[in-house]
Amino acid sequence: MRLPLLIGAILSATALSAAAVSLAWTPYDIAALAIADKLQPPSAAHWFGTDHFGRDIGSMLMAGAQTSIAVALVAVGIGMGLGVPLGLLAAANRGGLIDEAVMRANDLVFAFPSLVIAILITAVFGPSAVNAILAIGIFNIPVFARVVRGGALSLWTLDFTRAAEVAGKGAARISIEHILPNVANLLIVQGTIQFSLGILAEAGLSYVGLGAQPPTASWGRMLAEAQTMVTLAPHVAIFPGLAIVFTVLGLNLLGDGLRDRLDPRSRRAP
Amino acid sequence: MSLLSVRDLSLRIHDTPVLSSVGFDIAPGDIFGLVGESGSGKSMTALAIMGLLPHGAAMSGKADFCGQNLVGLPEKRLTRLRGNDIGMIFQEPMTALNPMKTIGDQVAETLLIHRAATRSVARSAAAERLARVGLSSDRFPLSRYPHELSGGQRQRVAIAMAIALRPKLLIADEPTTALDVTTQAQILDLLTGLTAAEGMALMLITHDLAVVAGRTTHTAVMQRGRIVEQGETRSLFRQHRHDYTRRLFAASAHQPARRARDSGRPLLTAENVVREYTLPRPSFFAAHSRLRAVDGVSLTIRGGESLGLVGESGCGKSTLTRAILGLDPLQGGAIHLGGVKVAAGRRVPRELRARVQVVFQDPYGSFNPRHRVHRLVAEPFHLTGAPADLRGRVGAALSEVGLEPADMDKYIHEFSGGQRQRIAIARALIIRPDLIVLDEAVSALDVRVRAQVLDLLARLQESHGLAYLFISHDLSVVRSVTDRVLVMRAGRIVEEGATESVFTDPRHPYTRALIAAAPVIPEDWKEVAHASR
Repeated sequence: MRLPLLIGAILSATALSAAAVSLAWTPYDIAALAIADKLQPPSAAHWFGTDHFGRDIGSMLMAGAQTSIAVALVAVGIGMGLGVPLGLLAAANRGGLIDEAVMRANDLVFAFPSLVIAILITAVFGPSAVNAILAIGIFNIPVFARVVRGGALSLWTLDFTRAAEVAGKGAARISIEHILPNVANLLIVQGTIQFSLGILAEAGLSYVGLGAQPPTASWGRMLAEAQTMVTLAPHVAIFPGLAIVFTVLGLNLLGDGLRDRLDPRSRRAP
Repeated sequence: MSLLSVRDLSLRIHDTPVLSSVGFDIAPGDIFGLVGESGSGKSMTALAIMGLLPHGAAMSGKADFCGQNLVGLPEKRLTRLRGNDIGMIFQEPMTALNPMKTIGDQVAETLLIHRAATRSVARSAAAERLARVGLSSDRFPLSRYPHELSGGQRQRVAIAMAIALRPKLLIADEPTTALDVTTQAQILDLLTGLTAAEGMALMLITHDLAVVAGRTTHTAVMQRGRIVEQGETRSLFRQHRHDYTRRLFAASAHQPARRARDSGRPLLTAENVVREYTLPRPSFFAAHSRLRAVDGVSLTIRGGESLGLVGESGCGKSTLTRAILGLDPLQGGAIHLGGVKVAAGRRVPRELRARVQVVFQDPYGSFNPRHRVHRLVAEPFHLTGAPADLRGRVGAALSEVGLEPADMDKYIHEFSGGQRQRIAIARALIIRPDLIVLDEAVSALDVRVRAQVLDLLARLQESHGLAYLFISHDLSVVRSVTDRVLVMRAGRIVEEGATESVFTDPRHPYTRALIAAAPVIPEDWKEVAHASR
């Protein structure tokens, strides 16, 4: 395994396992306040220190990972679930009216800066993790639709799809049996990248107060709250910041590494 | 004194030996042919001379060009040589040019990079060079873009770029393989004409013995990274001292033993078939214009016969094939298949479609790489419903095409090009059709593999009473395997008749032009070859 892929896999696995463990156990209860212990620097008892309410930052990071990953994962799910069928449909109808309609609808979504629309959605329906998921998910749809359509278009020019037509198979069946397995590589890679972008978007929304609401832990909100104390107790801002950076970096490295690894040209049979 | 003298050139890429002890000489004014099958190292030899090797390549030996050894020359010196003293053109005219630049700019760029001229001088030189390759600036202004030109015209632009600085040596790597027969003849004429007029040498790399036969002064035959035989072209063709050369020649002239089993009963009849495409509107308010790709074609395929269909790219062969396969409804005319009429606008019913199957050209694109062979071969059962002993039927079909039944659990990448074409034939055969459309089915194969596949097809035709519609641009293959032949041009059938009589006595001027343009090994060279066998 190449080094960047290995690093990406380790960083991503760390974030994922932190989130998984936090479901059952965190070193401290993140809802319990202990004002007496506030803003303690990292120590043996609190590895990452405590915040202005005396909560353990390490525990909050673990719980925050859970929020970030859940939001990004569901958002990627929405994007794939709707984008992939749309992309397959557009490619099967290549050059036709449906293709045109799907792609222009994609352009419409692409035309708006994603964060602005996310703010709009949460402003209208109220800030919550669910609305953040929806906002991020909607922007994943055209990304997946385009990636799948692009891959599918080149597959439709290959003779094996022609052979399937000669065998009497319809466009829907060919899309599922022949096109989908061959664009799976593209989907895995794009999925990983959208996942990291989703984490970034969730952090951004929480930072401006439009994501997960207290008492749910969130990296973005931890940053927002630490903002005023950054000169007083820098560790309160540094650790959530590092958590975001390393998770996003890890997922990007993983995505790039997987792209190289899954590229059929790099593992052509002798 | 020779212009290029290659001695003991060896090349490894990582741990794979690619070339071993290659040696040859090219004198000024020579046309040197390098022939061999795919993977024999022809192109690698050219790239090694140009210093354009991939990463991980290690080269040894000597390649003296005008007194300096190209092997181990630093990149900086090599870039000065490339384009300046050695020009190169490639196989694919579609990708060899930058689509974002005009042809004038691309030719002028070669001059500018080597600081041979100022911008205005370079442009007039570019116009002169383009005129030299037959693209005079009154008909092909410098402001044209590559997409506005045909394949042959693009190849001319590539040649103009390669000869812009009057190189001493021009390397042409399969320059005409992607072109039609008539265009191929024109490009080869141009190359040989330029060689004589400009006093340069030409290294012509090809897999086609007939191309080499008519054009080159010296020829070398490559096999597995070695030159097995070389010499003056004429004597090399007459003698073939080396066993491999002999087999190569035998395979290229191979004629499968066929016994005509023409049942005389029409199997498929097409009457005035019309296929039209709607083109994009030329402007927003204009009506859609229509392209008539197949324009009133009538043909009959009889049970058990081999019918050839020849024509150049864009003549409507593929569109006609899709109509015969029942993939697209017709806009006019009708197709009768086994006594059932399929009228214009109707879809072909499934039980009729099961009577016609197809084998495509590209052995690499014909199979879904994610499925195992048994699933690939069994795909046509979708039309008929899967039988109880599916695996047994797949195994039997694989045995029929000369593969092992055990191969059915492998993936397609485990097979060579020739084996894949056998699997494609098994897939076509498995539902026992009456007609198999062979759409350039042997065009991508090396001559020896092609001979084997043609033998297989002849054997299967005899045992199963199959009819073949053999579509090809390769006239010599069509001649050797078909009973009757149709010549198609611009959506119409211009000539039809028994294969031998069409080839020996073509009536239509287009057929005559096609046959005249096809490269052939001179008859008297062949006779000596046969006698010495």
